[in-house]
Amino acid sequence: MTFNWRQADAVGIATAVYQGEITASAIARDCLAQIDTRNPSLNCFTAVTADTAIAKAERVDQAISRGEFPGVLAGVPFAVKNLFDVAGLTTLAGSKINAENPPANHDATAVTRLKQAGAVLVGALNMDEYAYGFVTVNSHYGATPNPHDPTRVSGGSSGGSAASVATGLVPLTLGSDTNGSIRVPAALCGIFGLKPTYGRLSRAGAILFSSSLDHIGPFARSIRDIATAFDILQGSDERDPVCTQRPPEPCLPQLEKGIEGLRIAVAGEYFTQGATPEALDAVAKVAQALNVTATVRIPEAHRARAAAYMITATEGANLHFANLRSRPQDFDPATRDRFLAGALIPASWYIQAQRFRQWYRQRVQELFQTVDIILAPTTPCVAPRIDQDTMVIGGEEILVRPNLGLFTQPLSFIGLPVLSVPVKSSNSLPLGVQIIAAPDHEAMILRVAAVLEGKEL
Amino acid sequence: MNQESFDFGEYVDRMAELIDLPIDSEYRPGVVDNITRIAAIAQLVNEFPLPDNIEAAPVFEP
Repeated sequence: MTFNWRQADAVGIATAVYQGEITASAIARDCLAQIDTRNPSLNCFTAVTADTAIAKAERVDQAISRGEFPGVLAGVPFAVKNLFDVAGLTTLAGSKINAENPPANHDATAVTRLKQAGAVLVGALNMDEYAYGFVTVNSHYGATPNPHDPTRVSGGSSGGSAASVATGLVPLTLGSDTNGSIRVPAALCGIFGLKPTYGRLSRAGAILFSSSLDHIGPFARSIRDIATAFDILQGSDERDPVCTQRPPEPCLPQLEKGIEGLRIAVAGEYFTQGATPEALDAVAKVAQALNVTATVRIPEAHRARAAAYMITATEGANLHFANLRSRPQDFDPATRDRFLAGALIPASWYIQAQRFRQWYRQRVQELFQTVDIILAPTTPCVAPRIDQDTMVIGGEEILVRPNLGLFTQPLSFIGLPVLSVPVKSSNSLPLGVQIIAAPDHEAMILRVAAVLEGKEL
Repeated sequence: MNQESFDFGEYVDRMAELIDLPIDSEYRPGVVDNITRIAAIAQLVNEFPLPDNIEAAPVFEP
C-alpha cells in the first residue's frame, strides 16, 4: 500500500481513491482490521458494520472502474455516535434499555447523505447514556478513554466520535450536541468538532435528548473535511420538524476567502471565570494568531446556562418518563437520578426558561451587530481523570462533570453555530477554543478556522 | 421559596406521588440532591424579570 490513508484526511483519501492510488476496498479492509485490533483498548466502537462496509467499498470501486464519479467522500471510512439509526443495527443511544429494540429499518438522514457521497460506514460509537453527560463513562458499554492519556476521559457525550478520529481509527464521524456534546469531546481529544446552527442539519433518525436544544454535526482532523461533511449534510428534511428550509450554502468554496474585515473579539467576563490558566492561554494563543485584541461581553451567560440546564432536564425526563416509571433500575446510575429529578420540575420553571431563551437570543443578536466572530474556551480544563469527581479552579473546589459544559451551554442554548478548534497545551493534553458566529454563518467560522489551521497552535 | 428551609425530600415524595412516578428508596437521596441543585439553578432564571411580550417559541428559529 503506497498511499497511507491512516495519515490522510477524508478529502485526501477520497482524492486518492478517485485517482486510483488506492482502492476503497483496500481501505475498508485495513480500517476494519485496525478497529478489530485497537478497539478492545480504545473502546470507541459499540458495533462494527464489516459486511456492509466491504460491500459499499466494492460498489465505490466498481463505479470508478466504470468511469463514474464516486462522490466527494469516495471510499472514506466513517462512523456515527450510536444514537443515529443505521439500517440493520439496533440504535442504542448508549442505553441498555434500547438494546431490546428491533434493528432500525432506515438510516438516519445524515448517514444516508454521507453514504450517497461515497463514504463507507464502518460502525457505531460509544456515548454517555441518552447523551446525558460530558465524559463517555458508560456503565453498560464502558468508558472511552482519552487518546492522549488512557487514565483520562475523552469528553462526552460524543466521546466515541471524538476519540475514534483522534486515534486515527476513522477520519470522519458524526455526533450530537445539546449542551456541548460535540465541542467538549472534540476539545479534550484535540480535533475539530462543529456544532452547526440549530435546525441547520437534519436530526431525522437520530434519537433525541432535548429537542429544543439538540443538534448534530461532524468531527474531523482538517477544516476542509469539516466543511465538506457540513456541505453534504446541509439541506431541508421534512422528517425533522425543526430542520431549516433555507437552501444549502456550500462552505468549502469559501475556505480561502481569508478573514480581512471580519470583526473578531474574545468573550470576556463569564467566559474567563472558572477556567484554568491553560484554558485561557489557549484562547490567548488563538487571539494572538488572529491579531485580535477586542473583547465582548455576552450578557447573562450564567442565566443562559441555568435555563439550558432546566430545559434539558425537563425535556429529557419527559422523553424517558415511561421507562423511568417502569424500569428505573435499567438506567445508567450516572443518568438515572438526574432524569428522575427532571420529571419533578414545575412547568412554570420550564416555560420561564424557554421565555428567557427568547430574551437572551435578542440580546445576542444585538451583539452580532457589532462583532462577527467571538472566541471563547471550549472547556475550563484539560481532560479530567476518569475517576476524578472534583477540581480546584481559582481556589474553589467544584464538580468536574457538570462544569465541563460551563462555556458551551450558553451558546448552544440559542443555537449559535460553533466550531471547537484544537490547541496544544503546555502539558501535552489538548484543549479547544470555540469560534462562534451569528446563526447560519458557518462559512465565516470555517474561514477563520482555515486561517488558524495554517499556524502552529 | 427559602432554599435553606424548604423540605426537598417532602417535595420529591409528594410530586412523585402526584405524577405516579415511583422512586425507590435507593434512588431517593440522589433525586433529592438533584432537585435541590435544580431549584438553585432555576432561581437564576426565575428571579430575572422578563417583559410580558417575551414568549416561548414552540419551534425555535435562531
